[in-house]
Amino acid sequence: MGQKITIEPVTRVEGHGKVTIHLNNEGNIEQTRLHIVEFRGFERFVLGRPFWEMPVLVQRLCGICPVSHHLAAAKALDMIVGAGDGNDLTPTGEKMRRLMHYGQIFQSHTLHFFHLASPDLLFGIDADPVKRNVINIAAVNKDLAVQAVMMRKYGQEVIQATAGKKIHGTGAIPGGINKHLSDEERDFLIGGDDYMNIDKMIEWSQASVEFSKDYHKQHKDIIDGFIEFPSSYLSLVRKDGALDLYHGVLRAVDSDGKKILHDVDYREYYKYIDEEVRSWSYMKFPYLKEFGKKTGWYTVGPLARLNTIDFIDTPLAQKEFEVFRKYSNGKPSNRPMHHHWARLIEILHSAEKIKMLLNDPDLMEGELVTKGTKQDEGVGLIEAPRGTLFHHYKIDDNDQVVMANLIVSTTNNNQPMNEAVNQVAVKIMTGKSEITEGMMNAVEVAIRAYDPCLSCATHALGQMPLELTLYDANNNIIDRKIK
Amino acid sequence: MSQFVRFTIDGTECMASKGQFIVEAAKENGIYIPTLCNYPGIKPKGGCRICTVRVNGKLMTACTTPVAEGMNIENDVKDIRELRKSIVELLLVEGNHFCPACEKSGNCELQALAYRFQIMVPRFPFQFPIRKVDASNPKIIKDQNRCIQCKRCIRAIKDEKGRSIFAYRKRSSSVEVVVDKKLGKQLTDELAQKAMDVCPVGSILVKEKGFIIPIGERKYDKKPIGSDIENMSVSKI
Repeated sequence: MGQKITIEPVTRVEGHGKVTIHLNNEGNIEQTRLHIVEFRGFERFVLGRPFWEMPVLVQRLCGICPVSHHLAAAKALDMIVGAGDGNDLTPTGEKMRRLMHYGQIFQSHTLHFFHLASPDLLFGIDADPVKRNVINIAAVNKDLAVQAVMMRKYGQEVIQATAGKKIHGTGAIPGGINKHLSDEERDFLIGGDDYMNIDKMIEWSQASVEFSKDYHKQHKDIIDGFIEFPSSYLSLVRKDGALDLYHGVLRAVDSDGKKILHDVDYREYYKYIDEEVRSWSYMKFPYLKEFGKKTGWYTVGPLARLNTIDFIDTPLAQKEFEVFRKYSNGKPSNRPMHHHWARLIEILHSAEKIKMLLNDPDLMEGELVTKGTKQDEGVGLIEAPRGTLFHHYKIDDNDQVVMANLIVSTTNNNQPMNEAVNQVAVKIMTGKSEITEGMMNAVEVAIRAYDPCLSCATHALGQMPLELTLYDANNNIIDRKIK
Repeated sequence: MSQFVRFTIDGTECMASKGQFIVEAAKENGIYIPTLCNYPGIKPKGGCRICTVRVNGKLMTACTTPVAEGMNIENDVKDIRELRKSIVELLLVEGNHFCPACEKSGNCELQALAYRFQIMVPRFPFQFPIRKVDASNPKIIKDQNRCIQCKRCIRAIKDEKGRSIFAYRKRSSSVEVVVDKKLGKQLTDELAQKAMDVCPVGSILVKEKGFIIPIGERKYDKKPIGSDIENMSVSKI
């Protein structure tokens, strides 16, 4: 008799997720699904609001990466107010936004890796959950915990200096930014007391990459062997192929590194990408139209970015990128746990970029906003910490929003996360009729490689508990665990 | 030469010109009485009742009551504080006031009063009324979700012939303040900005100006409403 397993709720993943596993009569996994069962409806309730509210309104999708939504929306509105697609902003406008974005990537990646994912690595996937958390990291490795907290704090300070608040600020407005960086803010970020300075952040970022490489050497079973499957990868890249988290053209490569989307203008994303709705999840399934619903899915995020780009334009991160690329013989890495490695390289890149920007006089003076001929539609894409984020709006003659389409990073990763969860299930649950703590966490570890937050992607309220349910072939529940 | 009168507010000896409204007289003596529908330069209405004080034992609106010799005025006392707080709470639940995405946040008097009265969560149930946004005027948006019907715009924004550009429409609980379709076309950039400034909430918005003032530079970002009047920096209310 076949069986089905469900995992809910997922800890250390914000939002709400449910995993169901169906077993067949032989006790083998027949189907695994990551369901997103909550609904938020941002695309609907922004309708009728004035367009300039979007960057401030839609960023409420998330408390970890609000800046990404804030900036993606602002980029879309740049088009609407006639400020181009992001290339035509004033130097101050673009650089202040970039500084805000690198601060965001820095703090969010730090939170993702150190606070949420590292307990799994440091204490083991099977470890007692009482010990497998960030509080215990503070107990056993105080320096690492301090570093994590201070790095996140630094990123938040960068956001505050550019957006006015650490969470849910208002800095980016259609066509530019609403403030300069003050002397006090710049001096504080360049050379603040104790840990609060950019050189310390770069030093710690380098140490973090080294930490991950050391861990990798000792735990190839987890980093290389835990999950591996072929995927296509999609991200923005700068026109010359460099890593650019704020702006660029859309590129996708297949699992061998062959380009399958050739640096196209992201304003026409809808020509290349569509979303499939499946009845069992509120999270849609995007795919590349050319390859169809079944095979057109792709991965986004740090791993995807380092798989699509040609190089990184900051020296320390470039050096680490070369090591990363070489490890997979110059081809894309198809191991989802390498997301964490890529994430740490991006932390280093962001720190280097922050330093460059802080020393740029354009942040201190110059025109803040540019505007041109107004139009009724705008598309804004950005590389958010979890991956490519799409915002698309249409307005009417009265300046009210009449259409909004948001393809959130985690939505882009819907199919890969399902693939990853399935692979973990096949590996650890085949033939089992009882769900253990270790099994639950293994599923979570797979999800967490991509994303600690599912809430934004379903547009879900509240924190994310995970439910895991195991069903037999007749759809009877044989075990169910809720965290 | 104006005639002066003496009176007390919460026991403090005060002096003001005879005929001044209590709100203004208190202000001249460094005492803040909260207001919402009142606005300098326009005729007071006594509509919102936020400025309620007790004059010689009787509750009166401080914006419409002139001071008189020997008046004993109670302002910062427990029952009156509670009454004012209730009014703010009722206004907050009666409309759809979502501060997080409102461009008037930080410059909004209703929000500033809520902070001053330390309202964390209103005690009354949210009504979530279904209201419309009228964006048909080329210069401004009138968001009915946030209108508190204080009539400040009706009283203050007039054309060169003295006609109000804003007007009441409908009656009772359905009443709404709208832009006069004909006169609204005459709205200049200057008047549009004045209308937005006069509005105590985020109901009148000049198009495409949202969020241009950075956080930290908005009116109530650093000091609570009324602190410019009070000699003391810390709120007594």
